[in-house]
Amino acid sequence: MDISYHDVLLVGGGGAGLRAAIAVAETNPNLSVAVVSKVYPMRSHTVSAEGGAAGVVKAGDTLDDHAYDTISGGDWLCDQDAVEIFVKEAPEELLRLEHWGCPWSRDPDGHIAVRAFGGMKKMRTWFAADKTGFHLLHTLFQTTLKYKAVARYDEWFVTKLLVDEGRVQGVVALQLMSGRIQAITAKSVILCTGGCGRVFPFTTNASIKTGDGMALAFQAGAPLKDMEFVQYHPTGLPFTGILITEAARSEGGYLINRDGYRYLQDYNLGTPTDKPVLRNMELGPRDRLSQAFVKEVEKGRTNDTPYGPVVHLDLRHMGEKFINARLPFVRELCLKYENIDPVTELIPVRPVIHYMMGGIHTDNNGATPLAGLYAAGEVACVSINGANRLGSNSLPELLVFGARAGKAAALAAMEQPRPSEKVVSQARDEKLRLEKQFLDKTGGREHIVTIRSEMHQAMESGAGIYRNQASLQQAADKLRGLRERFLDISLDDHSLTFNTELVAALEQSFMLDVGSAIVESALHRTESRGAHQRTDFPGRDDRNFLAHTLILRNPDGSTRIEQSPVVVTRWPPGERVYGVKSEATEVATT
Amino acid sequence: MSDTSPSTRHTEYHPRWYRSRVSTWWWLARWPYLKFILREISSVFVAWFVVLLLLQIRALSRGPDAYARFQHWLQTPLVLLLNLVTLFFVVFHAITWFNLTPRAMAVRFRGKRVPDLLIVGTNYAAWAAISLVVAWFLVRS
Amino acid sequence: MPETISLEVLRYSPERDAEPTFQRYDVPLRKDWVVLDALNYIKDKVDGSLTFRWSCRMGICGSCGMMVNGEPKLTCATFLSNYANDAVPVRVQPLRYFPVIRDLVVEVTDFMTKLQSVKPWLIRKEEKPTSEGEYLQTPDQLDRYKQFSMCINCMLCYAACPVYGLDPVFIGPAAIALAQRYNMDSRDEGAHERMDVLAQHEGIWGCTFVGECTEVCPKHVDPAGAIQQYKLTATIERFKSFLLPRGAK
Repeated sequence: MDISYHDVLLVGGGGAGLRAAIAVAETNPNLSVAVVSKVYPMRSHTVSAEGGAAGVVKAGDTLDDHAYDTISGGDWLCDQDAVEIFVKEAPEELLRLEHWGCPWSRDPDGHIAVRAFGGMKKMRTWFAADKTGFHLLHTLFQTTLKYKAVARYDEWFVTKLLVDEGRVQGVVALQLMSGRIQAITAKSVILCTGGCGRVFPFTTNASIKTGDGMALAFQAGAPLKDMEFVQYHPTGLPFTGILITEAARSEGGYLINRDGYRYLQDYNLGTPTDKPVLRNMELGPRDRLSQAFVKEVEKGRTNDTPYGPVVHLDLRHMGEKFINARLPFVRELCLKYENIDPVTELIPVRPVIHYMMGGIHTDNNGATPLAGLYAAGEVACVSINGANRLGSNSLPELLVFGARAGKAAALAAMEQPRPSEKVVSQARDEKLRLEKQFLDKTGGREHIVTIRSEMHQAMESGAGIYRNQASLQQAADKLRGLRERFLDISLDDHSLTFNTELVAALEQSFMLDVGSAIVESALHRTESRGAHQRTDFPGRDDRNFLAHTLILRNPDGSTRIEQSPVVVTRWPPGERVYGVKSEATEVATT
Repeated sequence: MSDTSPSTRHTEYHPRWYRSRVSTWWWLARWPYLKFILREISSVFVAWFVVLLLLQIRALSRGPDAYARFQHWLQTPLVLLLNLVTLFFVVFHAITWFNLTPRAMAVRFRGKRVPDLLIVGTNYAAWAAISLVVAWFLVRS
Repeated sequence: MPETISLEVLRYSPERDAEPTFQRYDVPLRKDWVVLDALNYIKDKVDGSLTFRWSCRMGICGSCGMMVNGEPKLTCATFLSNYANDAVPVRVQPLRYFPVIRDLVVEVTDFMTKLQSVKPWLIRKEEKPTSEGEYLQTPDQLDRYKQFSMCINCMLCYAACPVYGLDPVFIGPAAIALAQRYNMDSRDEGAHERMDVLAQHEGIWGCTFVGECTEVCPKHVDPAGAIQQYKLTATIERFKSFLLPRGAK
């Protein structure tokens, strides 16, 4: 069996992975660093982020303001020490991107321009037209090309972490093009594999977002944290799930129901104004907007389509010139994928799964409790997003914690001895497993597609926007059944050359683990907070649940739940309010 | 099996990449390619037109008899046909050239890009103006 | 609109086949289905071994480029209904002018190498520390290179470029457009370094301005324009270095 070795290994080549790779190369240019990605890095899902990245640079804005917005937006589940680090380092990271060539949009005088975003009290969201993630990822990728030290394994799929003597010593990976399976050993491994939106049926996420890193870490014994907090984005196109960016609302769009009524005013989100007002109405936080949608469905005030109920996003009053200047991509998406022109027509939208607040538990430097294993980006949970993420916080999160994890992993690698070759035997076992369970197996009675669609059904009905004990338990039982049935699948494709069906099977097994973690964590948290809403426990319970939910795998394969307290530094938990009420509360608490 | 280059590897793990040969008639497969080849060929006819002009000047310099013989030669059917085709290609050449100009020259005025139509229009306008001047001279004589 | 539509998809498995062959499939025809939806339908319901790349299905990741009826297209942005009334099945083939690994998946290392060779990063003689803030850039300055920065690396332009097809050493439209993106960025000072790579036969001088790259580009990057504009710049630089040998660089 072939083995390669690097000092630091990145799994995942998106915003966090590439930023971490650069951080490693800059911490110590003599370290051997490699990025393993199941797709070419410029295909990573970072590319589809549209709205922007928040960072305090304008006069009149303060780090404390950004921190408060983040913490209150996260319904006080955020670790405040981590948030303080985040808001402090975000502007510098965004500036570093600018120095690397990122084409941020500008004010007429040449300075960085910022715009409003949902949940933020001040305008602090940097943007590159409405393709911020695209420009960020391509700038990062092109910048990594100048660091000769950064090697890449493009289109290699990691199937397992190699763990020996309580330390992570590398990975087992499959090269898609050739079918070769080999061990890549390393002193430090950083997981940057992104979120897990594909566990749910309607999602903005690309096909590659299958929670691989979360499952890999979980199977290796690292804890997953706050998995019950999955964020719905309130405005996604109904069939494809394609995201209509929050910027469409922050630039002035209205959400209306079947009666043409701006229904958000019925849900404690303020009163309607002509121009957008921060934290008011359509600029309220995502979870509240998604919940309002569900209530509208119950009241029968939504439109019915072949893809389920929808409401409409109205941009017509903004005019063609404004839309072309500030939201060109939104217009392009609507025309190309739904054949609708937002200048003259209403856009049908519904809540779609968008982001996973939970993830692998890490400290403020991206280190997990499992020695040698780090994580950064959506796959990790530091936690700065708490129970609900504010828009435009995730792109700076990739940069801040990608850089921190890269640096920490590099420094740790400099202290560690080289991994021993005995982990290769684990890699050989893994190769045999893949051959036996998938490549050489025939005659199974189950298909990946059936397992996938039944998982989707279970997650949507059991662990959707509103949950209760019964629905969650049903989902948990169903997923357990699916995990058993999964062992009986066989593939149509037994080729070694670019076997995407094998990859789909591996991803499906990862998704079943992640889905179970979500459901189990949701069962445990008997309160409602942020994106996790229980109809049987509708209030927030700070006494018992101002804590993170940790789920871990026991050596015998069963799972256990633990809790860890939220770090509170300067902002004692308060009530989350938006609209007019929030101004009054702001005055009262400052 | 197709043309394989030395970089195609055949080992236990590496698959055989399939490379199809590009046909010599690639330019017939799509109309835009054919238009491109015609555009390139038009330069041959432009060159012929220049040669014709030189021949005309030489005939002029040799006196009225030589010039009359030259004019007679121009009227023979083969030469007539050739020159008709040449006229078509020269015009084709000019039109495609003018239409492509704005792409090769990104002219900016006061920070904003000058619209393509303006650049193309200026070319055609200049062509029309010069043609009018030449025509006036011809008509006068 | 009819209820189904026929596709002919090129299949090739190197372990089994000496040459690619077409396989016909009938898939449901829905008004909002794109070619990619048809391929996923085939993979899910008919033949799990059909192999192709895709990810975002919204035209931004650049994974799903293939030949549809002989034209390079993003299959996530090509409606099946456009072909509903055709007499012949829709032909889906891998991207032209690239070696085929399997079915609709092509080998793109050549492109990745060329992308890197044009030094697509900001080059400056001196870096400003982040503590001093951003490099100023007005909206007009941003506008000068913005179009060229929109490339999603989908390689449709390479599949449309006969020069690349006939002479694979040609650096190609996307790589040159990306170089221009940096050359025209007011913050960049590396135009001379890139010129050494680009002002070669394999660089801009290989281009004969067929212009098909621009026609097929889904993001309207206009690589043909980038290349011709660069030819002008390179020529002027050439003359300058003739006439002012010491003053040029």
